[in-house]
Amino acid sequence: MTSGADLLRVEGLRITFSVLGGEVEAVRGANFRILPGKVTALVGESGSGKSAISQAVMGILPSVARVSGRVLFNDPAAEAKPVDLLSLETDGREIQEIRGARISKIFQEPMTSLSPLHRIGNQISEVLKIHTDADKAALRARTEEMLGYVGFANPKRAYDMYPFELSGGMRQRAMIAMALMCRPALLIADEPTTALDVTVQAQILQLLRELQSKLNMAMLLITHDLGVVANMADEVVVIYHGEIVEAGPVDAIFRNPQHPYLKGLMAAVPHFDMKPGERLKALREVPVKAGTLLGSQEVRKASGPDVLVSVRNLCKTFSTRSSGWFGSGSTSRHRAVDHVSFDIRRGECLGLVGESGCGKTTVSKILMRAVTPDQGSVTFDDGEGAVDVLKLDGAELKALRAKIQMVFQDPVSSLSPRMTVKNILSEPLEIHGRGNPKLRVETVRSLLQAVGLDQRFINRYPHSFSGGQRQRIGIARALALVPQLLICDEPVSALDVSVQAQILNLLKDLQKELGLTMLFISHNLAVVDYMADRIAVMCAGRIVELAPREVLMRNPVHPYTKSLLAAVPYPDLDRKLDFDSLQASGGSDQRQWGAQFSDGGEENALFPADLGGGHYVLARKSVDSRELRP
Amino acid sequence: MLRYILWRIAVMVPTLLIISALVFTIIELPPGDYFESYIAELRAQGEGVDMEQIESLRQQYGFDQPPLLRYIYWVGDMLQGDFGYSFEYELPVSEVVGDRLWLTILVSFFTIIFTWIIAFPIGIYAATHQYSWGDYGLSLVGLIGIAIPNFMLALILMYFANIWFGTSIGHLMDQKYLSEPMNWDKAKSILEHIWIPVIIVGAAGTAGMIRRLRANLLDELQKQYVVTARAKGLSPTRTLVKYPLRMALNFFISDIGSILPAIISGAEITAIVLSLETTGPMLIKALQSQDMYLAGSFLMFLAFLTVIGVLISDLALAVLDPRIRLQGRSTK
Repeated sequence: MTSGADLLRVEGLRITFSVLGGEVEAVRGANFRILPGKVTALVGESGSGKSAISQAVMGILPSVARVSGRVLFNDPAAEAKPVDLLSLETDGREIQEIRGARISKIFQEPMTSLSPLHRIGNQISEVLKIHTDADKAALRARTEEMLGYVGFANPKRAYDMYPFELSGGMRQRAMIAMALMCRPALLIADEPTTALDVTVQAQILQLLRELQSKLNMAMLLITHDLGVVANMADEVVVIYHGEIVEAGPVDAIFRNPQHPYLKGLMAAVPHFDMKPGERLKALREVPVKAGTLLGSQEVRKASGPDVLVSVRNLCKTFSTRSSGWFGSGSTSRHRAVDHVSFDIRRGECLGLVGESGCGKTTVSKILMRAVTPDQGSVTFDDGEGAVDVLKLDGAELKALRAKIQMVFQDPVSSLSPRMTVKNILSEPLEIHGRGNPKLRVETVRSLLQAVGLDQRFINRYPHSFSGGQRQRIGIARALALVPQLLICDEPVSALDVSVQAQILNLLKDLQKELGLTMLFISHNLAVVDYMADRIAVMCAGRIVELAPREVLMRNPVHPYTKSLLAAVPYPDLDRKLDFDSLQASGGSDQRQWGAQFSDGGEENALFPADLGGGHYVLARKSVDSRELRP
Repeated sequence: MLRYILWRIAVMVPTLLIISALVFTIIELPPGDYFESYIAELRAQGEGVDMEQIESLRQQYGFDQPPLLRYIYWVGDMLQGDFGYSFEYELPVSEVVGDRLWLTILVSFFTIIFTWIIAFPIGIYAATHQYSWGDYGLSLVGLIGIAIPNFMLALILMYFANIWFGTSIGHLMDQKYLSEPMNWDKAKSILEHIWIPVIIVGAAGTAGMIRRLRANLLDELQKQYVVTARAKGLSPTRTLVKYPLRMALNFFISDIGSILPAIISGAEITAIVLSLETTGPMLIKALQSQDMYLAGSFLMFLAFLTVIGVLISDLALAVLDPRIRLQGRSTK
């Protein structure tokens, strides 16, 4: 292969960041190429240097970075010989002419990558304004055309909207429109779907794939998700700690991985074909010694009622007041939780799946008594008599708090940066007046041991830990009071795949050894599938389907569950996403669900129909359960 | 939005009422009233006091009435444009204040403009050249500006002006124009004098604004949308002006609310040192001698400016930031 055929050729790229007291080498001598018209995936964990490479190509590295090596860009539209992008003057004219016009980029966070103060159309048409001399009318016309192209139903209206008026998926579409305005030769997509829900992710991937082949454009897809890679890439480059460890066509990489890191990465992703009891292989396994915790607590009563928590008819409405320039503001009411009922059985793990905004976190907050529902009841019965959680106050509420604990999504903001690990872990014990200071320190030590952290860490502050270690501190804090029910709200969403496997295995082991009951909330079906015994699927505030794990995975009935399952990208070349069937099932768009599942705008028209074997699906009351089966 | 404006204006009424009650209470708090301090002053000078005359004055101004009633009269008169009578100057308050108010507004206006003109370029430079020598140097000058009290700077300037130029820089105009109506020569004289108090009063404000603009802009420069703009191929200068600077303006606009009263009340000591014909020295004297109507009117004026300033900044924010204008307020 001659260098002339490559669109982009990276040779011996080194990037170092000077930080306080030294230098960090983010990329160490990377070599790879991008072929014209093909999708090249750059795969690696966070901190592996993959984003730094893309920034180096665009010349938008932060000023503390130093770069060496060559990045040759061979623009098919230009007659000239390849340009070394690194040799161009920083922010000079030449690189400015390439940026946005010949190489463009879309970013991970559609929330923050658009300016909140400027209209969508203004920001998109700006690209054309910089690179061409189109007049105002042409700018608007071409921008609207592009907005329609990326899937805006009403481009004229979208042009004058502000980013905060759009959903995450639509913002990412606007970003894509912006990146493609000048028909670039290379599109760099830096984790373009990581911040999106799974059904939206599938739509964006489909859009990118379509546009990429239609415009015959090359794409550098940066991601950590092997499922996305399998569905999108022609070529794969694997980066680990700043070094390219494996590169080649997607077939070779998936069917015959060579490097131990790549093999490990593939084994660490939960997938739907796992046998019952099969364990994920974390890249760095952490031993769990929950047994040490048992010494400090009475052995859990094996008897007691079968159902630990019983939730009936929960409703919660949030109202939003919006105002226009003139006239009165209108109040829109949003039903976050809509007649939700479920049981959590003693010792089981109930998975709660749904996309962002479906109300799953609100349900967990209601269980924790952090949000007061409009109606409904939550009954908690740990064998000492049933209590109505929502009516408790004073000492009774405090006693309940010790029995329900929570693990949060963000391991960074859920730990106080001003408290040592010892303070963090002993605080719950102090609040509930358990033991004396000496005993508490001992408990903290056994907690650390239980979650696989070294006891020497006891006086450190959270900032000196990695994301996975912090999440383990969060889990240890939740376990400090030996709760009956552990609510995990997206505990692994903020973590890398390899660390994710660690935490999932830890939670699984702890559940088994301590006999914990868990409510496991996640948007990731594969993760819930790995953890849960029964799964509840939530959409628009309602539980649309509830079934034992195998039943739900093998035999989903509700169209929303089906579309969720269909939208998960498998890290398997033989099971690519079927984009056509995705659109047919309609996803969270209730109008496209079948008549038997749609409430037709009526209140209380839907009812959980029993399909037998603990399988419930939300459908119209009049519908016979046989009609629900496909 | 119209509803929002009306609502904001409606809220001003109870706010001002509460402030007026506070002002009245504070003025009433010290024992005695203007007449008692007047008597004490006369006695100290060894002069006889005509108690009958004082008693009749007391009755005339309702000082024998209960405080609540006096408060109601006071507020009622103010609403009709009658700010009461200054005992010290033996003139209606509006006549005593008169010109001084307009001169104060003039000084403040120039000070604000001065602050903005100086602070903006320096703040932008310091943020875009963080940790450069220019940034450090300007930050040092700024910190000195914050640290030196205004009146001290005034004294230093007066001293050097006297030594180097042999002129006295006090006052806002040549003394001969003081009682004259406004004419061309008087205006010229004012312009000749006004730059000194403007620099002195503006120094601390400028320095503070540079620091805040730098901090805000630095925050915004880190944001993802700045990278997006660069990735579009926008030149660094145009990126800066269109995106982060626009965002950093929010703080600046919310500052307007506090800048008005701060400049008017903060300049009092400087005004005394420089013997400016502004309202500051008069307010302090009125408070000392318990000249209740004069002091009360001043304090109400300051409160009114604060409330107006906050209103202006809130409305300007709503105009400039679509998120405030269009996004609904959520209720839990």
